[in-house]
Amino acid sequence: MIKPEILVIDDEPQIRKLLRISLESHDYKVSEAQNGRDGLITAANHPPDLVLLDIGLPDVNGHELLLEFRQWFSKPIIMLSVQNEERDIVKALDNGATDYLSKPFRTGELLARIRSSLRNSQQDKQNYSVITCEDLKIDLISRTIYKNLKPIKLTSTEYNLLVLFAKNEGKVLTHQYILKEIWGVGYQSETQYLRVYVAQLRKKLEDNPNNPKHLITESGVGYRFQ
Amino acid sequence: MRVYKKIQKYAGYQYLIGLGVISIIGTICYIFSDLIGYHVVALLLLLAVSILAIFFDILPILVIAIFSALLWNFFFIPPKFTYYVGTPQDVLLFTMYFVVAIMNGVFTTKIRKVEEKVRQREDREKTLHLYNTLLNSLSHELKTPISTMIGVIDILRESSGKLREEQKKELLEEAAIAGIRLDRQVNNLLNMSRVESGIINLQLDWCDINELIFKVLKDNSSEGKYHHIKFEPREDLPYFKIDRGLMETILQNIILNAFQHTPQETTIRITAAEETGKCIVEIADNGPGFPEKSLKSIFDKFQRLNNFPAGGTGLGLSISRGFATAHDGEIILTNLAQGGACFRILIPADTSYSSEIKNDKTRDTGNR
Repeated sequence: MIKPEILVIDDEPQIRKLLRISLESHDYKVSEAQNGRDGLITAANHPPDLVLLDIGLPDVNGHELLLEFRQWFSKPIIMLSVQNEERDIVKALDNGATDYLSKPFRTGELLARIRSSLRNSQQDKQNYSVITCEDLKIDLISRTIYKNLKPIKLTSTEYNLLVLFAKNEGKVLTHQYILKEIWGVGYQSETQYLRVYVAQLRKKLEDNPNNPKHLITESGVGYRFQ
Repeated sequence: MRVYKKIQKYAGYQYLIGLGVISIIGTICYIFSDLIGYHVVALLLLLAVSILAIFFDILPILVIAIFSALLWNFFFIPPKFTYYVGTPQDVLLFTMYFVVAIMNGVFTTKIRKVEEKVRQREDREKTLHLYNTLLNSLSHELKTPISTMIGVIDILRESSGKLREEQKKELLEEAAIAGIRLDRQVNNLLNMSRVESGIINLQLDWCDINELIFKVLKDNSSEGKYHHIKFEPREDLPYFKIDRGLMETILQNIILNAFQHTPQETTIRITAAEETGKCIVEIADNGPGFPEKSLKSIFDKFQRLNNFPAGGTGLGLSISRGFATAHDGEIILTNLAQGGACFRILIPADTSYSSEIKNDKTRDTGNR
């Protein structure tokens, strides 16, 4: 099996070393860059399968670098940031970041995000007819949802929402993105719609709607389906 | 008090007010001068100068004193309307008036300056005390987890071979907890500086308060594992338009405070409600409650109750109050009649009931 290659762009040598060791021990190939310029050059010479990009680089703004990458690089980019600034995160996601992690993060969390980002970029879920996620099964042809093999009744909006989530399994979706996809342009600030439907979906799909394991709230940013 | 500060700020006002007051008193006295005699007028003017000296700076007071002396001489000492003083008695009186008025002004100002110095010293001492408390609690709260982490690493590096597998696991667990603790304290400091700077941009968005409470409880489940937590979410609660991140910090600090500072087996009861456009969350316990005199001061920076062993920087509640204030809200702490304490968080917010949002028709996706 070919090892997926990950490019780490971070100015802190300690973080780079930590990431290199933990990623290599999980069968990834790692290359490093200590600033934005080097990162772009390294990636251009030898495109990686995934980029870990620190937002706070010394030479260029992480957001601008992300935009530059996105002009030609379509594979996953996971942003790392020290500030848990929601606006920053939403901006990065809207600019094409695949996911984000706030420092300090747990290694298990990082590996899970990398796995799901790589999986999503390799498989094109748009063409799937059935999506399964643990106890849930979505049959896109008959438009039927099963939980533990039992069919569940959903309204059409609930169904559309669930399908959007399922097609982006493991990826955080911003409120604005979801609202635009489901309700259309002009509803981007109506986040209370979204909360109502997520609450309804949780009641129907989760074992314990108050402690959801499928539909996770990303505070101030959006939701993640897993 | 504010007027007094304004007067102190603008010396020009002091001349204007002082000369005005003396002129008015002079005019009134002049009308009644036949009734009261010019000796009493001198005493009245002197009284006015003395009172003004309490508020004004030294230079305006000197000018006012000289003005009042000349005014008294010109309009009241016979012969009137001249600066000529007739009898030796009046010369003496006029000289004495002059000296007393000026001395009055000088001494009063001096006393005030000394008072101010004493006050400044007291303020300085208070700040120093606060600073020392900060250093003590900070160095304790930051150094403890750092020592733990360095210690664990040293042991594992140097005597790893002598340790049993479970001991290693235990040590690593301790280091992980220390890291989380350190992160929490650094967040506290960052939040405190946000409150101190006074610049908090609220990111208002619709928030499901029940969901938020469940999240905070989940995040703190290891701290609260010896407490009985009672939270019955009310289904009819609206969404509140608040800053979810700030509200999370408010709840986090108060709930963690309850876990850390009440004995094990204490029941913590949480309720969320909506009343007259306010989001209200109550966190009540049946623990020992707070000493009556610390109910208000506990929200001040670095306030900690002495009889509790486990630290905290004394910033958590202060940050919570700061974030509530940023929402124009408040946090009220009371002791309950049946024992225990109750934190009541009141945040004014727009509400949105889910029933107001038009639902689409249920479509049968299950029976096709």
